Amino acid sequence: MLEGGSTGKYLCCPLSFTQAGGAKVDTKRQPAVSMRGITKTFGKVVANDNVSIDIYKGEILSLLGENGSGKTTLMNMLSGIYYPDSGHIYINGKEELIHSPKDALSLGIGMVHQHFKLVDVMSATENIVLGLKEGRKFDLKTVADRIREICSKYGFDLDPDQKVYDMSVSQKQTVEIVKMLYRKADILILDEPTAVLTPQETEKLFDVLRNMKKDGKAIIIITHKLNEVLEISDYVDILNKGKFIGSLKTSETNAQEMTDMMVGHAVKLNIDRPEPKDVKPKIEISGLTVIDEDGIPKLQDVSFTINSGEILGIAGISGSGQRELLESIAGLQKIESGSIKYYEESGKAVELVGTNPETIRKMGVSLSFVPEDRLGMGLVGNMDLTGNMMLRSFRMGGGLFTNRKIPHDLADEVVKALSVDTPGLSTPVRRLSGGNVQKVLVGREIASNPTVLLTAYAVRGLDINSSYVIYDLMNKQKEKGVAVVYVGEDLDVLLQLADRILVLCGGKVSGIVDGRKATKNEVGLLMTSLGGAE
Amino acid sequence: MFNFDIFFQSAVKQSIPLLLGSTGETLTEKSGNLNLGIPGIMYVGAISGVIGSFFYENHLNAAEAAINPFLGICIPLLCSLLGSLLMGLLYCFLTVNLRANQNVTGLAMTTFGVGFGNFFGGSLIKLTGSSVPSISLRETSKCFQKTLPFADRMGVVGTMFFSYGFLAYAAIVIAICAAFFLRKTRLGLQLRAVGENPGTADAAGINVSRYKYAATCIGSMIAGLGGLYYVMDYASGVWSNNAFGDRGWLAIALVIFTVWKPDFSILASILFGGLYILYLYIPTGTNMAIKEIYKMFPYLVTIAVLIIMSVRNRKENQPPAALGLPYFREDR
Amino acid sequence: MKNKTKNGIGLHIVKRDAIPWYKAMGIRGLALLISIAVCAIVTWALTRQSPLGVMQTIFLGSFASTRRFWVMMQDLSVLLLISLAMAPAFRMRFWNIGGEGQVMIGCLATAACMINFGKSLPNGLVILISLIAAVCAGGIWGLVPAVCKAKWNTNETLFTLMMNYVAIQLCAYFIIIWESPKGSGKVGIINQKSHAGWLPTIGKYKYLLTVIVAAAITVFIFCYMNYSKHGYELAVVGESQKTAKYVGISVGKVIVRTMVLSGAICGLTGFMLVAGSDHTITTTLASGRGFTAVLVAWMAKFNPFGMIFTSFLLTFMSKGAGEVASNFNLNESFSDILTSIIIFFLIGCEFFIQYRIVRQKEAK
Repeated sequence: MLEGGSTGKYLCCPLSFTQAGGAKVDTKRQPAVSMRGITKTFGKVVANDNVSIDIYKGEILSLLGENGSGKTTLMNMLSGIYYPDSGHIYINGKEELIHSPKDALSLGIGMVHQHFKLVDVMSATENIVLGLKEGRKFDLKTVADRIREICSKYGFDLDPDQKVYDMSVSQKQTVEIVKMLYRKADILILDEPTAVLTPQETEKLFDVLRNMKKDGKAIIIITHKLNEVLEISDYVDILNKGKFIGSLKTSETNAQEMTDMMVGHAVKLNIDRPEPKDVKPKIEISGLTVIDEDGIPKLQDVSFTINSGEILGIAGISGSGQRELLESIAGLQKIESGSIKYYEESGKAVELVGTNPETIRKMGVSLSFVPEDRLGMGLVGNMDLTGNMMLRSFRMGGGLFTNRKIPHDLADEVVKALSVDTPGLSTPVRRLSGGNVQKVLVGREIASNPTVLLTAYAVRGLDINSSYVIYDLMNKQKEKGVAVVYVGEDLDVLLQLADRILVLCGGKVSGIVDGRKATKNEVGLLMTSLGGAE
Repeated sequence: MFNFDIFFQSAVKQSIPLLLGSTGETLTEKSGNLNLGIPGIMYVGAISGVIGSFFYENHLNAAEAAINPFLGICIPLLCSLLGSLLMGLLYCFLTVNLRANQNVTGLAMTTFGVGFGNFFGGSLIKLTGSSVPSISLRETSKCFQKTLPFADRMGVVGTMFFSYGFLAYAAIVIAICAAFFLRKTRLGLQLRAVGENPGTADAAGINVSRYKYAATCIGSMIAGLGGLYYVMDYASGVWSNNAFGDRGWLAIALVIFTVWKPDFSILASILFGGLYILYLYIPTGTNMAIKEIYKMFPYLVTIAVLIIMSVRNRKENQPPAALGLPYFREDR
Repeated sequence: MKNKTKNGIGLHIVKRDAIPWYKAMGIRGLALLISIAVCAIVTWALTRQSPLGVMQTIFLGSFASTRRFWVMMQDLSVLLLISLAMAPAFRMRFWNIGGEGQVMIGCLATAACMINFGKSLPNGLVILISLIAAVCAGGIWGLVPAVCKAKWNTNETLFTLMMNYVAIQLCAYFIIIWESPKGSGKVGIINQKSHAGWLPTIGKYKYLLTVIVAAAITVFIFCYMNYSKHGYELAVVGESQKTAKYVGISVGKVIVRTMVLSGAICGLTGFMLVAGSDHTITTTLASGRGFTAVLVAWMAKFNPFGMIFTSFLLTFMSKGAGEVASNFNLNESFSDILTSIIIFFLIGCEFFIQYRIVRQKEAK
């Protein structure tokens, strides 16, 4: 239904002040914030391209978009973390320049980030007053009383004297929100607030947000969960690849329409996809459950099979458990329950749960893993190319000394084969560009002749040509009979590269689809949990 | 015969330099700066006071005038504060502005400070061409040692509590003030935030560098007073090289032992001071060796505290989370 | 751009991408020159002698006679040995500032063996036992904080610091027990008549053996850090524990192993001091070199061959300043002042190698 022009239906970039909101103009609504023609670039990447949005008092606005669509960047400009390259910001009708979070707060704008900025050993009260310069007397009791007042007004559940290290994630989030309210913010931005919450906690948060809305506050939620958009917000603004796509009234739209706008058109990429041959199960995962340190379940009862000679794509919005899934297979994750069976050439099954990378290696399982955190985990930024190649091979051979010849030759080979742009083999990898860093990492992981190749966001931040090189490499591995897992964020790529696509949603498998038959919208819906999952 | 009051008095006299040093170091560490230059700074604090008072007494001798108690105290006091302030500024400049490694900078400061103290202590007479045989500042020392007039009339209580020079009481007041400052004031809260999580403090609009500078410089000045107390009061104004010994390191041990709480330090420093001189009061016969083992105790208990703290892993009793780590905003 | 910096300075510090080695060395060289100039001014202010004359005196401090040269070489070797011991731990980002204690405990172990076995065992065996004991003692002094770090993440800087004084007090205790003659508070020369447990002198050069040992350990540490599997592992652990786990390196094991090595080399240094050159034990035998070694290793960026230069620089300056001090009847601590001035400049200048200051155009 999206083929052909879709812009006719949705208002693109509302340029004039009064017309903002397009067909849904309501003369009584007062915009608390108007952003006009905002553009922000980071190097060559355009994060926001001429975006204009309005935020109204007493309403909840959802900012919807895929990963990397520029939602957070846009809001960071409103909260003073970034400064726009061009464009104007109006607060309550008056143009303002926002240079710092302090400026933003003095205008009544408060943002709750995904990573909380709290001091662990301090109480909620102490964290809330941190950096404030109010009054002469420093009296934490009065502050605590005022915090209780705010809590009872909006229905927060918070003990002002509790230490942050004793708090659950949801309590920490509450502290952050109350901190903003204590600073008299009436424009509140929440960056993916529900990503870390259980359903019950989400419900509680939404109740509080509704109370705040009744109080006349303007609230913006950055999210990519459609059900929540529908449940909580009055309006939804949709961004895609840094561009404003449209603004919808949630009461007049549905998940299908939003998904279409969010994922955009299907784009033909011309990625090769050879037919899989000789497909047989390599890794069988059943009932895998992972719970993180905070007690939040990251994976719940995940079961599927990874086949050799096939590329298994894994789709899902970020933080749906992709990282935990791959790290579980690689032996880096503490596993609560479930089993991961690896089938050897002979067909014999070995259990990978309870192992670590060292034991996996000793078991003779040749497993390669391209992690998401390239320089923090996959490579050592301060070491040169040869040194990084050695990470996998330094144990080779007997004796006390490392053999630098093999990794040196390998580095040379990778540089030539993948045309890595580097001044030389003795350049520390942190000096290479993102794409070249990725080539080095993927090149090394493939070089160890794996039987299983796990990749997380292998083409993130890469230019088109480098991306195709990586796709090509993965296809070659697949043809060699390797079981390839490709965790990706670009649905177009997943749909044209993967043989099967596993969709994760909130740590659960919401569906496994055939990569050749599934449509983008189908996968998009599964990602936002409206598809198969309960 | 074991006289507890005399033992207690000696322990307190031993404890004051440790108390001042550890209070200063605690303030510094709360800002996230692990200043291992404290032993050097205490030397500088001591020798600066000595230099000031040396010139003043020489001037008095030349003029054949009697000492003015006010000047007799103020000149060494100000010189000492100035000397240790300069050391604190040097440490901050290197670690905050030039982002040098804190451990390395601190150790270099200690080498410098101890060398500075011993050099001037040993060469002052030669350099000034003075005629006195050794540095002995009896007159100044008398000003520093002046006790409350009614102390000797109060018997045991007088000996135990009122027989000290004013710097001893100042040390206790400073420790209590520092504890109050850290626990109960806005600035103290913000300082703790800087040492725990400078990124968060910065985001909350707190000027991290300014806090680090202020805490380190004030901490250095307090620690410097410890050196001044030692030479002017404890050692009766007689400077001898290396006599101050390892008290600077003991002060750092005390910081850990008291889990970064200056008010605990008042009692703990007396405990450390007591351990330091315990051998004098315990009948060991001819076994002089055992006293060296007693001197080891403060370090052993500190190690024990350090290990226990890390095993129990209670958040309140940990070193400031960002201790020893540099902070640059770009890394946020 | 209407965006201005709030603080009004308009200067911005940026991390340099890469700096060619000759430029980095140039910056360090410049810092060294400035620091020497400052030292010259300080010396001039105190002695009123022409800077050239002072330079000459400093030079003579190390090279006036063969004896002085050998004393300088001995001090250089000892400082270098301790610095070499520090290097692997620092590369692993383990702040071992317990070199002083690790050396002292090595001294103590050596002295204990020499005193207790000197009369009963043959000389060669005494030396061997002393060596093993010293290396083990140093190793244990490194092992304890490392195990606590690996197991409970105990702060290693503070722990190793405290261990120094435990070792020094232990020495003080045994010195009184062993004192001879009684009441002197000194141990005196151990086995003065029998020379039991004394290391042999090579030819007529008393200090040559220490120099050879230091040279051998330099080569060893260089190979260990750059070419061995252990060296590679500790470098990965130092750079990123996450990466280490990712490739299956056991972080705790590497920490403990490296610290034992570090302590063992310190113990060896203690052995060289007692059995090789001093033949006695005092509480100040290490004389702060455990701390100076931290600075030596740091200034050389943990490169063993760089450390030869930095330890030479510090020893040379300290000998020279000592000479100046004694010529002018000043206190010998003068050398500490001059060397720390040089150190301040050398650690300060690293900033200009890592970062550059640009005028701020745009707030990020």
